[in-house]
Amino acid sequence: MKGKEILSPSRTSPAWWREIKKNRAMFLMLLPGVLVLLLYNYLPMFGIIIAFKNFMFYDGNFFTSLFKSEWIGLRNFEFLFKTPDAFVITRNTLLYNLVFITSCTIVSLAFAIMLNEIRSRKLSRFYQGSMFLPYFLSWIVASYLLYSFISPDKGFINMTILKSLGKQPIAWYSEPKYWPYIIVLINGWKWIGNNCIIYLASIIGIDQEFYEAARIDGASRWQQVIHITLPQITPVIIVMFLIFVGRIFNSDLGLFYQVPRNAGMLYPVTQTIDVYVFNSLMRMGDIGMSSAAALYQSVVGFITIVAANYAVRKIDPDSAIF
Amino acid sequence: MGKEQTEFNRLSAVSAKTNAILNIILLGYALVCILPLVLVISVSLTDESTLALYGYRFFPKKFSIYAYEFIFSTGSQVVSAYGITILVTVLGTILSILIMALYAYPISRRDFKYKNFFTFFLIFTMLFNGGMVSTYLIGVNVLKLKDSIWGLIFPYLMNAFWVIILRTFFKTNIPDSLIEAARIDGAGEFTIFFRIVMPLALPGLATIALFATLQYWNDWFLAALYINDPKLVPLPYLLYQVQTSMQYLLQNSSNIGGMSGDILSKMPSEAARMAMVVIGVGPIVLTFPFFQKYLVKGLTVGAIKG
Repeated sequence: MKGKEILSPSRTSPAWWREIKKNRAMFLMLLPGVLVLLLYNYLPMFGIIIAFKNFMFYDGNFFTSLFKSEWIGLRNFEFLFKTPDAFVITRNTLLYNLVFITSCTIVSLAFAIMLNEIRSRKLSRFYQGSMFLPYFLSWIVASYLLYSFISPDKGFINMTILKSLGKQPIAWYSEPKYWPYIIVLINGWKWIGNNCIIYLASIIGIDQEFYEAARIDGASRWQQVIHITLPQITPVIIVMFLIFVGRIFNSDLGLFYQVPRNAGMLYPVTQTIDVYVFNSLMRMGDIGMSSAAALYQSVVGFITIVAANYAVRKIDPDSAIF
Repeated sequence: MGKEQTEFNRLSAVSAKTNAILNIILLGYALVCILPLVLVISVSLTDESTLALYGYRFFPKKFSIYAYEFIFSTGSQVVSAYGITILVTVLGTILSILIMALYAYPISRRDFKYKNFFTFFLIFTMLFNGGMVSTYLIGVNVLKLKDSIWGLIFPYLMNAFWVIILRTFFKTNIPDSLIEAARIDGAGEFTIFFRIVMPLALPGLATIALFATLQYWNDWFLAALYINDPKLVPLPYLLYQVQTSMQYLLQNSSNIGGMSGDILSKMPSEAARMAMVVIGVGPIVLTFPFFQKYLVKGLTVGAIKG
């Protein structure tokens, strides 16, 4: 049977064709995924030349338009980096991410240890469930939940709390000074439960013998946390931290666009690279500027994610993505 | 002996006082997570005129379910958006799970010669992307996703990170010997995949399916990029639209015509908005306890073994 196959006309067919035939079931399985990746991920990668062009539609066909559009080199980038926006969006993206990384790690870790220490398993499960809930809600819903508290004319804070204290209502959506805090709090609200559960899972996975040995030596519960729990989960903390750092140039459009309701007065403290790209593309139709900002983000993002992965690989090769 | 035993217990659990303090902190935070939803539910059940007077409160001053009646009688747009969200979520989840599992299986197989190439082909998309502008322009002009239901489904079909989780799951849970045995029995690759691999990988598939469901159900971004046609607007995007004007609720109903001004003036707009939020999160909150367990499993797999 095998010999017959080799003697059949396929002998004259090229080697690559024989390879494909040999693995055809595997290739067929990969095909749909490969097509999706090619069309929605790889094709846009070639589209980044838009950023170096004065893109205009000539005849409705994207590729011929791209080809015919004038090559302007780095001019889009020059325009972008001459605006004050370039600095503001970079600063906002980086600073918010740094604060998110530190605050989320510390608070989630603290909650995870608390959940592990309390005596009632039932209550622990209830707290876990409640903390996890915000992770399941969309940013739109989160923005409505926030709005119900800080709506200027009907919000719970203005109409009930501040009123009962005899204070003037606050125009939340036009006061930039409150928003760095609001953004950090609501981001924590959405993510802490999720991160906490990851840490809790690795705490539960710690070998109980460590604790038994410590108890025999008379270590208090607090000493056990400091000398066993924390050192044992340090690799997980570092890996989570680095994965986060790798995405430091990315921001969640839902958080920065939906939650502040895209209020123009808040831009100085809420506009990140993603918001800027989205607004200049969808609202202003400024392809030159937005494509330059998007490419800038892709390139610096590529560098940080590769660097972060390199660091992860050094610490824990199993957790590295490549 | 007895004293020693209590001493030992003290070391194996926190003291009663510490336990109480920890419980208070955790309960406080649990309430912070739940109460905003309670406030929105309460607002949706409050009479519109009391809302204008007293603002949003945790206990309705005057109870009313008019907002819900209004949405389901006049707001055909809400019903249509709900339908779109359900359709996109069901279709999207099924398709994406199938496509991702079909991709994850070959790259999980040790004997597949090209597994490294295809793994890299996948992972590279996590490292570099064309950015929003290029993706949008190609989505609209080349893939023709504008005002198409595929615009809400196609972009999320492949998630590199989830494929990697599935690959790891296949690798660790499906013994090579089993596949080998099936092959000796004469089973083809697709038979092996659908009859052996998929059933064995059910817990891993369920986790990823839940992630996918959540992503499709909560998505507003794809609608913001690709959808103008009111008939194709999904619920989260409709919620975004009605932030600025309740007019959007009427755009789909041609039969109202000249009466729309009249309806708008009688509309319980505040309560109705919140009622829409409640309808939108309802299915998630109700089914949440059932799939919490699976998600926890998936999260830990994803975080520790990438």
